[in-house]
Amino acid sequence: MLCSIKLISAMKIRLAIIALALIAQVVSAAVMAAEIKIGVAEALTGNASQYGRPIRQGIELAAGEINAAGGVPGTKLTLLFEDEQGRKEEAINVFKKLIFQDRVLMLFGPTLSNSAQASDPVAQAAKVVVFGTSNTADGITSIGDYVFRNSVTEADILPVTLKVAAQKTGFKKVAVLYGNDDIFTKSGYDNFARALQALKIPVTTTETFAKGDVDFKPQLTKIKASHPDAIVLSALIAEGAPIMVQARQLGINLPFIGGNGMNSPRVFELAKDSSDHLWVGSPWSVENPAAENQRFIAAYQKAYGTLPDQFAAQAYDAMYIVNQALRKMKLTGKLAADRKALRDALPSVQWTGATGPFKFRQVAGRDGKPAGYDAVQTAIVMMTKNNKYVIQK
Amino acid sequence: MLAQQFVNAISLGGVYALFALGFTLVFGVLNVVNLAHGAVFTLGAYAALQTALYFHAPLPAAILVAAVCSAGAGWILDKLVFAPLRARQAPHLAPMVATLGVAIVLTSVVEGFFGAENLRFPTGILPTDTLSLAGLHFTWLELQIVSLAFLLMAVLLWGLKKTRAGRALRGVAESPKAAALLGVNVEALLRVTSIIASLLGGVAGVLIALYTNAVFPHMGQPMLHKGIAVVILGGMGDIRGALLGGFFLGFAEVFSVAYIGSTMRDAVAFGLLFIVLLLRPEGLFGQAAQRRA
Repeated sequence: MLCSIKLISAMKIRLAIIALALIAQVVSAAVMAAEIKIGVAEALTGNASQYGRPIRQGIELAAGEINAAGGVPGTKLTLLFEDEQGRKEEAINVFKKLIFQDRVLMLFGPTLSNSAQASDPVAQAAKVVVFGTSNTADGITSIGDYVFRNSVTEADILPVTLKVAAQKTGFKKVAVLYGNDDIFTKSGYDNFARALQALKIPVTTTETFAKGDVDFKPQLTKIKASHPDAIVLSALIAEGAPIMVQARQLGINLPFIGGNGMNSPRVFELAKDSSDHLWVGSPWSVENPAAENQRFIAAYQKAYGTLPDQFAAQAYDAMYIVNQALRKMKLTGKLAADRKALRDALPSVQWTGATGPFKFRQVAGRDGKPAGYDAVQTAIVMMTKNNKYVIQK
Repeated sequence: MLAQQFVNAISLGGVYALFALGFTLVFGVLNVVNLAHGAVFTLGAYAALQTALYFHAPLPAAILVAAVCSAGAGWILDKLVFAPLRARQAPHLAPMVATLGVAIVLTSVVEGFFGAENLRFPTGILPTDTLSLAGLHFTWLELQIVSLAFLLMAVLLWGLKKTRAGRALRGVAESPKAAALLGVNVEALLRVTSIIASLLGGVAGVLIALYTNAVFPHMGQPMLHKGIAVVILGGMGDIRGALLGGFFLGFAEVFSVAYIGSTMRDAVAFGLLFIVLLLRPEGLFGQAAQRRA
């Protein structure tokens, strides 16, 4: 008997300990003011996932580092990922889910400008910060004052690329070649044309091609006959690389000045040994020796086993920019107030990350009133040499 | 510039003509609008590319493999699609729609295996020397492409004219029934036609891939559109018409870029085609309601 009583009391004590532990856990969770929930809506499947996946990894890497260093003092960052598939209907759906159901503090995404045009108004209406890391089209941040991005647009980069290339190579007049049936290459051309006008560089001839074209020799022959000093090229890599090869075959050894579509290491495969003297501008470069950048590259490689790209770098920096804002504000636990406080804290953030020194610039909305925020950042201008990008200062 | 554009036009026209030859051959003899010809063209390019990439084979070997693969595709195409439909005496449109299906399958298979992005031939195996002659630039590669295109066309024309099989083939094109009564093995000849046509298409695929430095799954699509245009222009089913039509389109495209503007490239080329057809609805060499090869 005695023995069994002892057994029972031992069990009771054990139960009590377990119960206490459970209570303690619940209490401590409540005291910690939970966590900071951040929604990440990116294209994780489908065509645009080639951009969406590096973005996810960049954000994940930064949030992991911030949490490992103690979080936003006392509070951990929790990321909620949703796949918007690169489609605007899906982007609207996951935005609504993250904002109203998961009740996140803010959102990153979506991957494509096209989707952002459709889904960012949802966030604006709900008064939730939406932060794009890869949207470069005009007019995204005009949607409203809750829309932010740190992706530098071609309108900012191309004039710098042209200016630096003109200084270095001393070209006086250029020929222009662009794809006229693709929104991206066409808007690249528009930006180039504006920049050429501003820099007062005469254009000898403007030629076009269509998506899926493979033979560019007639255009290039015509360009050659107009005697330019350089060729301005707004193309995606699929057409841009064969254009470079065919130009060299025709004995055109002029420098090319490319848009963001030509800023891809794939040019060294597709235009191998014909890729020299291509000038591109980029917000980020793997070759940039700055300590912040090299630290990011090493951490990314360690975590994912591959080299990061521009999209991962911009996403990584975006998470740190938000982190800076969170440190400046006081979380009250009231969602609407916190969402507004974050919006108010973000615009003044300045940060130096993998993509270099960064700050925000407010843009005008469609009604002319102040709206969202674009990036202010210096482009890195690079020239290809021996199948490698070399940074030009 | 004029002389260089001439060189460009001849190279481009040669590839168009080679592609159109196979297309017109199938139409002339089998009486089928073969919409899979563009996909066979893609297949040829990929076969050569893979041979060059994985076996580090020299260019002639890669082209040979492409020829064998596309010829094989032609055999399968006839065995699985054309022959059963012939046996059932299917109406005109059935084989055309069937080849559309074949094109989708072939393109998807290529895309599934090798991905959707652009590829190119390794630089090591290509002759990279450039010839400069009186301000003209052409590469050895271009010369080889053009000569191979012309060689294949010459062999085909000679074969059709002078050999026994060629004569039989023309007989079949004229009237399969009469040919059969004269002891010609019509089924076998039709199959051979499909094989030869696909072979020409596949080799054209390698040549344009080499000429333009781009291999991608949908490369056959614009080519097919142009091939159809060329064949209609030349007169459906006429070999000389396909040759001339190919060069016509090559010259029209190149010179519309040179003298009118690159935005108008396709508009001018196809506009000219339209005018020719208004004047000669049966095409340059076509004879209304008569089949030839």
